[in-house]
Amino acid sequence: MGASLSIDYVTHQFSPSAAPTLKDIDTRIEPGEMVALIGRSGCGKSTLLHMMAGLLIPSQGCIRINSRQISKPSAKWNMMFQKASLYPWMSVKENAALGLMFAGLSKAEAVEKVDPLLDMLGLHDKKDVNVQSLSGGQQQRVALARSLATDPDILLLDEPFSALDAFTRTALQEEVPAICRERGITMIIVTHDIDEAVAMADRVLIMSQNPGRIVEELEVDLPWPRRHMDNGFQTRREELMNRFKGTDNGLQGRQQHTATDQSESAA
Amino acid sequence: MSAGTTTSTSSAVSLFAPTKLVRLLSNLQYPAMGITGLLFLWWIGGLLIQNNENLSAFSAFAPAPAFQALYDLVTSGEIWAPITSSLYRILVGMTWGIAIGVPVGVTIGYIGVALKVANVPFQFLRMISPLAWMPIAVMAFETWDSAIIFLLVMATVWPIIFSTAHGVRRIDPNWFKVARNLGASGPQMLRRIILPAIMTDVMAGIRLAVGVAWVVLVPAEYLGVTSGLGYAINDARDTLSYDYLAAVVLVIGIIGYGLDSVCNLLIKRFNWHVE
Ligand SMILES: Nc1ncnc2c1ncn2[C@@H]1O[C@H](COP(=O)(O)OP(=O)(O)O)[C@@H](O)[C@H]1O
Ligand SMILES: [Mg+2]
Repeated sequence: MGASLSIDYVTHQFSPSAAPTLKDIDTRIEPGEMVALIGRSGCGKSTLLHMMAGLLIPSQGCIRINSRQISKPSAKWNMMFQKASLYPWMSVKENAALGLMFAGLSKAEAVEKVDPLLDMLGLHDKKDVNVQSLSGGQQQRVALARSLATDPDILLLDEPFSALDAFTRTALQEEVPAICRERGITMIIVTHDIDEAVAMADRVLIMSQNPGRIVEELEVDLPWPRRHMDNGFQTRREELMNRFKGTDNGLQGRQQHTATDQSESAA
Repeated sequence: MSAGTTTSTSSAVSLFAPTKLVRLLSNLQYPAMGITGLLFLWWIGGLLIQNNENLSAFSAFAPAPAFQALYDLVTSGEIWAPITSSLYRILVGMTWGIAIGVPVGVTIGYIGVALKVANVPFQFLRMISPLAWMPIAVMAFETWDSAIIFLLVMATVWPIIFSTAHGVRRIDPNWFKVARNLGASGPQMLRRIILPAIMTDVMAGIRLAVGVAWVVLVPAEYLGVTSGLGYAINDARDTLSYDYLAAVVLVIGIIGYGLDSVCNLLIKRFNWHVE
């Protein structure tokens, strides 16, 4: 079952002297909810997602999963990256089974357990293939199988489809939410593609830059599966675009101003 | 399905098909030319020695007597004892070289600064001929055998350390991140990620090390010990049996080539890079 995730007053600086990359982020994501995080490149989306995965510890505040503060990564809250990062010395099924092997299953048991998952993701004829011979989309499907194999409560996606061709991307944008909904997995996707956000999320969080903050929020109350041609889709898309522009030009500009004002007055 | 039987018959047929045979022969064509050329030069050399009054005592170096001596050594079984001794020393030396070199290489590769710190001293030590350690080895070790093995270890650790460390440095950082994310423990990270990732580099280091060890072994066996191929060469010289000396040189070359080929096969076996 999906888990809740709360970000409690997270501020982060990569070094003590640096300006904060993230500032006072405080939000809560409900079990089974699907959330998209959008914002300009470099605003701290990946940083925040790494924290949710336990791969990075915030300098202030904390991340709680089901109310428990997390301090290290776990296969139960699992992250997928833009690059599939498969292990070329393992076959497709061994790659998919890796998390289960880390959890203590024998290779044979683990491989058997991921079998239906590979079937479901359309990799039935690729199980014994060397991963280096797969297309980008197929590799990302293996990475998805690898993430799902450990029965995660939370799936964290960091622009996972941005390097794929449009056809594969659209297919995965439909499949991943369907899988998460079916299994009750809480899904958080980082993207800079507004269409992707509307296609995959119940709720979109908009981040500003310097420092990274969550400045806007939009519910996407559309039925599943989402169709890009639907009127509702286009309306939400416009709405999101406007809000995003609003934060980008207005709010963020003002924030940058105050930031420089502060530093000037401090100096 | 009948696919299994079809494949097996077709491959059995194709083994004898002219195209495969031709390809096999053409693959052997150039090595065969090289070997013939070498034998020819050797033969010329033998003739020159024979026709030179000052050198005629060494005329048994020529191919014909040498191959006769090799035949005698093999049929009498005399050659196996020195081969076994030498290979045993290589085996023990390589085992220590790997046992020390791989962990040290992984450590200094994993700790980025360590490689920078260790680079100059290691390059320095690497450039010292292992034979230069001989006096120290003789003092430090009770038996000649352990002294020789020490020299082999001194010869083999450096290439193994270096290629292992560079293998570790070349690991895609995302591989660590993904594995950590999937809940890998330290030992699991080592066994499932680091070691397979660096296997090709380790094997390349081992191949270099075997080459160096084999080259160092023969002169090392000139000293003290009464077994091994180096000793056999010295012994043949002392008894003026130059045909046997040449035969042992031949054996050294053949075994060296064999060791290198085995390493090369292992590299291919462990290589996961797509050609
Ligand atoms: N390990 C790091 N050390 C120092 N600065 C970093 C590090 N990772 C990211 N940053 C900086 O933090 C900011 C946010 O990065 P990131 O989270 O990757 O942005 P996004 O994913 O939104 O494009 C960027 O300015 C980046 O340069
Ligand atoms: Mg990013």
